[in-house]
Amino acid sequence: MVNNSVTTANTFVETKEMRAKRRTSLRKQIFKSWQLYLMLILPVGYLLLFSYYPMYGLQIAFKDYTPNLGMVGSEWVGIQHFVNFINSQIFWDLFKNTLTISLYSLICSFPLSVVLALCLNVVRVEKFKKVVQTVTYIPHFFSVVIIVGMMFQIFNPHMGIFKHIVELFAGEGAAVPDLMGNGEAFYHTYVWSAIWQNLGFNSIIYIAALSSVDTELYESAQIDGASRFKIMLHIDIPTILPTIVIMLILRSGHILSLGYEKALLMQNDANIKYSQLISTYVYNEGLMKGFKQYSSATAINLFNSIINFICIWSVNQFSKKVGESSLW
Amino acid sequence: MVKSISKSDADIKELRAKRREEERLIKQKMKASRKINDTFEDKVFYIVINVILTLLLLVIAVPVLYILACSFSDADKVIAGNVVAWPVSFTMEGYEAIFNNGTYNVMTAFRNSIFYTAVGTILALFLTYLAAYPLARKNLPGGSKVMMLYTITMFISGGMIPGYMLITDTLNIGNTVWPLIICGAINVQNMIIARTFMSNSIPGELLEASQIDGCDDFGFFVKIVMPLSKASIAVLALYYAIAHWNNFMNALLYIQKDALQPLQIVLRAIIINNEAATQAADEFSDKAERVKQLLKYSTIVVSVVPVLIIYPFVQKHFVKGVMIGSVKG
Repeated sequence: MVNNSVTTANTFVETKEMRAKRRTSLRKQIFKSWQLYLMLILPVGYLLLFSYYPMYGLQIAFKDYTPNLGMVGSEWVGIQHFVNFINSQIFWDLFKNTLTISLYSLICSFPLSVVLALCLNVVRVEKFKKVVQTVTYIPHFFSVVIIVGMMFQIFNPHMGIFKHIVELFAGEGAAVPDLMGNGEAFYHTYVWSAIWQNLGFNSIIYIAALSSVDTELYESAQIDGASRFKIMLHIDIPTILPTIVIMLILRSGHILSLGYEKALLMQNDANIKYSQLISTYVYNEGLMKGFKQYSSATAINLFNSIINFICIWSVNQFSKKVGESSLW
Repeated sequence: MVKSISKSDADIKELRAKRREEERLIKQKMKASRKINDTFEDKVFYIVINVILTLLLLVIAVPVLYILACSFSDADKVIAGNVVAWPVSFTMEGYEAIFNNGTYNVMTAFRNSIFYTAVGTILALFLTYLAAYPLARKNLPGGSKVMMLYTITMFISGGMIPGYMLITDTLNIGNTVWPLIICGAINVQNMIIARTFMSNSIPGELLEASQIDGCDDFGFFVKIVMPLSKASIAVLALYYAIAHWNNFMNALLYIQKDALQPLQIVLRAIIINNEAATQAADEFSDKAERVKQLLKYSTIVVSVVPVLIIYPFVQKHFVKGVMIGSVKG
């Protein structure tokens, strides 16, 4: 029986014929695009093997892993590892270190990148601007080993130029503090070396945003007698404010996800109390101490990942509420 | 045969002088025309900004120059702390030490790093673009689901230990060249950059026109899309190459053999762990100690030089790349 589509009360009812037609045209389209699917085989295979299979391995966080029994055969212990971790003495130290460094870094490096972009925008001599940009972009490409290595050389109390700077202010023969072997200095050396490295590169996006400022605004402001500083305050900053907010949101979502590489390189017995982050703890206590600790280390890592995800998700929700654009 | 109009030298000089005079007048006029005098407040502001930026320039440049200078300086002067930004007692001793075979062979490590970087980048570009193009096609059934698979991995990952278990136990490629080449082959952010670039700059009409002419998807991809994406290929090649060159954690985790270590690991051993890189025989001699210090600086320079060489060529590209990457959707 042939049924025509019936429009009842503003709803569109699909007939069997139409559904069948849609299905076959879908099949036809899949068939037509076989080459595209072929292209996708390798990358998706790579993704499944290297990204999703380790996720399957996360199950050992809930088990007591031994190599004999393997991943699947090891005993279940539920959330025992998580409870142990939260109750352990070191839990709050790790949290404190990670959170302090992240917040310190956010508060200091974020405004400075914006300020750099604003300053560069003010410069009228094109050559000078290019030189500053080129020089400040370069440290971003140094590896973390090089940065830490440079720090060890420069802050060396006997040989480094830091000694010269201290002597400049405190006179000859003053005692030079050993910044790399000092626990309390760890936060500062960590954060400010990161700022030194990334200040230029992070300012690129703001410089690009600043190039979209309407030049007519500049001219009319000048005619109205605004000083360059006032122009910066009232025209430049509001124009890039959306960009600033988005970047801030992205940054703050990553508050608790501090990588381990740099801290690992800077760690020594003197500053271990301050330099042990959640991620370095997973490396030191988990991987380095043999397979007995694999389960608990994985549990800690998973715990960290979940907290990160909650962080990003809630910041995203917040930004949606406030009306700004969000990640999803 | 064209008869050339020969000008005498005096005539040429006259013409040149006239042209110079004209250009000077034009420049003067231009300068005069943009004359809205700066207020005193503005003059001070500009001076302050310029001073701040110059100071920043120094703060960034001097440490790098210091390392560079130390690598060319005499070891005693370096240890005494006499070097600031220019070599004192110029010597190539630091670089000669690099060629010495010792516990850590810098030359081998350098060669290894180049190998890992070259092969790893090519593989990464290959896989990234192979994934990006089908996902850039708007009507591919299931395309958005695959995209979601990729984006999820940006937030959740197995972590260090399942990853370690995968490489060393399951795949059993620990202690070979493969972990450093394969790991990090598809960076999802980079793939999104490639995909965005493709969907923004390849018009749909181009695809339709090529299909009318009988081109299949493979052909379109290889002959049209890739040549048009050269800009984004340059940006991603830079990002991947830098990531591979600078990577040390993968080598730390997965490679124990000395002969396979990349440069960053050797760098770490020499600089941060303060290990000797000279022959064990004269390890405690005075000379060895001096060379050990110099070697630190020269190895840093050697690791940075490749980056600095490529840098000017790609600077304009990665600024664009940052912009592409920041445009959503």
